[in-house]
Amino acid sequence: MKAYFGRRYTLSASHRLHAAALSDEQNRAVYGKCNNPHGHGHNYAVEVLVGGPVMAETGMAMNLVDVDRAVHASILDRFDHANLNLDPLFAAQVPTTENFCKAVYELLKEALPAGVLEQVRVEETENNFFEYRGV
Amino acid sequence: MIFLTRRATFSAAHYYWNDAWTPEENARVFGRCANRNGHGHNYTLEVTVAGDPDPVTGFVVDLKWLKDVIEREVLDAWDHRHLNLETEDFRHAVPTTENIAIAAWSRLKPAIEAAGGASLNRVRVYETPEIFAEFRGEA
Repeated sequence: MKAYFGRRYTLSASHRLHAAALSDEQNRAVYGKCNNPHGHGHNYAVEVLVGGPVMAETGMAMNLVDVDRAVHASILDRFDHANLNLDPLFAAQVPTTENFCKAVYELLKEALPAGVLEQVRVEETENNFFEYRGV
Repeated sequence: MIFLTRRATFSAAHYYWNDAWTPEENARVFGRCANRNGHGHNYTLEVTVAGDPDPVTGFVVDLKWLKDVIEREVLDAWDHRHLNLETEDFRHAVPTTENIAIAAWSRLKPAIEAAGGASLNRVRVYETPEIFAEFRGEA
């Protein structure tokens, strides 16, 4: 039987929302406070959902230890206490939480066994969050 | 179609162990969860049912009824129990969060669907605020 296993992590990072294609004035109009040249930061919550058949011998869809290892190596070690704008992934795209969520999904898809990643949710604050399911 | 979710909490003890394995193998796969003295969690159960609102009452299901079903079918059996030692559900299955979600589904589905209103859509079980599993009735 297929079941889903979810695990939540937190990471703290800074970013600045600024699109190179827009003028400074347009950036201020679009992004408001998030365009502050010095950046600002969030305590992000990253919720990873994997799915698969529950193995009879372990009762697990996937061992939490293996999920943790992949998330630490590919996401937390890279982005926790970092400036997202300086990461090569955001050299050519704005580190909105939409784009960050997609980036986390793509990195985890590579780091986890094929076909297990179902969804990534990134919560930027308690009041807004973003989900990506690979499509 | 409306999806309606009712949350309930229960506290239970468990450990992870596969009798077919050596103690070393159990420790390697299950880590601290393999401690045979057991440990416990405050579980949160989220039960989601799906259906259309009744034209008269406006309810998909009566939430009080759903609360009672969850208490009768799940909490009465598991709350303040040792899942390995005191429940039939985990006599042959490791009480992982995945298997708890599947067992809760099996307990709830007949009672919810016998009422003829909504269908059971999803069961999610939080073992801690950071760890959860979900079952949607898929094969």
